[in-house]
Amino acid sequence: MATFDVHVTIENKPGISDPEGETILNDLVLRGLHKSVTKIKTAKMLKFTITEKDKKTAHSKVQKICDDLRIYNPMVSIVTVDVFDA
Amino acid sequence: MKVGVVVFPGSNCDRDMYHVLSDVFHFDTQYFWHDKGLPKNIDAIILPGGFSYGDRLRAGVIAAHSPIISDVQKLAEKGIPVLGVCNGFQILVESGLLPGVLLKNESLNFMCEWTELIVENNKTPFTNKLKLNQKIPIPIANGEGRYYADDDTLKKLKKNNQIVFRYSDVVNGSANRIAGVCNEDGNVVGMMPHPERAVESEINPIDSKPSSLIFESLLVQMGAKN
Repeated sequence: MATFDVHVTIENKPGISDPEGETILNDLVLRGLHKSVTKIKTAKMLKFTITEKDKKTAHSKVQKICDDLRIYNPMVSIVTVDVFDA
Repeated sequence: MKVGVVVFPGSNCDRDMYHVLSDVFHFDTQYFWHDKGLPKNIDAIILPGGFSYGDRLRAGVIAAHSPIISDVQKLAEKGIPVLGVCNGFQILVESGLLPGVLLKNESLNFMCEWTELIVENNKTPFTNKLKLNQKIPIPIANGEGRYYADDDTLKKLKKNNQIVFRYSDVVNGSANRIAGVCNEDGNVVGMMPHPERAVESEINPIDSKPSSLIFESLLVQMGAKN
């Protein structure tokens, strides 16, 4: 068994407005000299620490938790699961 | 004629709701703590507003996993009237009892103000005494009240007459100005505005009668059953 850090990123699906991201872009970043930035999306990240036999199992376990417990709302959000060695 | 008010950690409109049900409309009203079950002889269930679990993760999602919700689901399937107000509505969508989702208001502000609703469906247990297109002056108080559903769901809601209330004006960016919806059977209703804060003339500067009809509708519904 090994311990893994699993990062779960929850963000709005494309097409769902993200007024917080738009405000950060338009009223903060683009007000300065950072004109090359074209988009900012906000997201929520949950950091799991999990002990499983391998990375693949850690990934599938956390993905299942996210799906079963509606950690993200599938109607409006997408979730990305990234596994790292702890 | 027993009405249950479900209380979650962080509910804060439960006492207002209890007062209105019990003192204004004289229902036999009882609180039910979220980690217990509901009796089988309950006649209606209200999920009041508040900030269950401090809105952590997403408004309503953690309360949607409370033990009492499985009983709410079972009773809803039997046709028992269920009303979710504000956070109660958020819990109903997160538990799958109602379609759609409630997102942060477009302004990102917590909105606490009087709005006006239009009645779109007067066939539910909570709207049967209202007239179609009747206007209801009523307050909102929420940060995550922007109703959203994908296009297919919105079409289905319209086709099945599941849109119960719309805002008269664009208030928070809700899809099609939706303020309240019901399930396909019509017995489960969710709404973001607070009828319990609008039924007494002392605290309603506009007109308390239309909001009162929401509770009087439930009286009619339960009277019809008996």
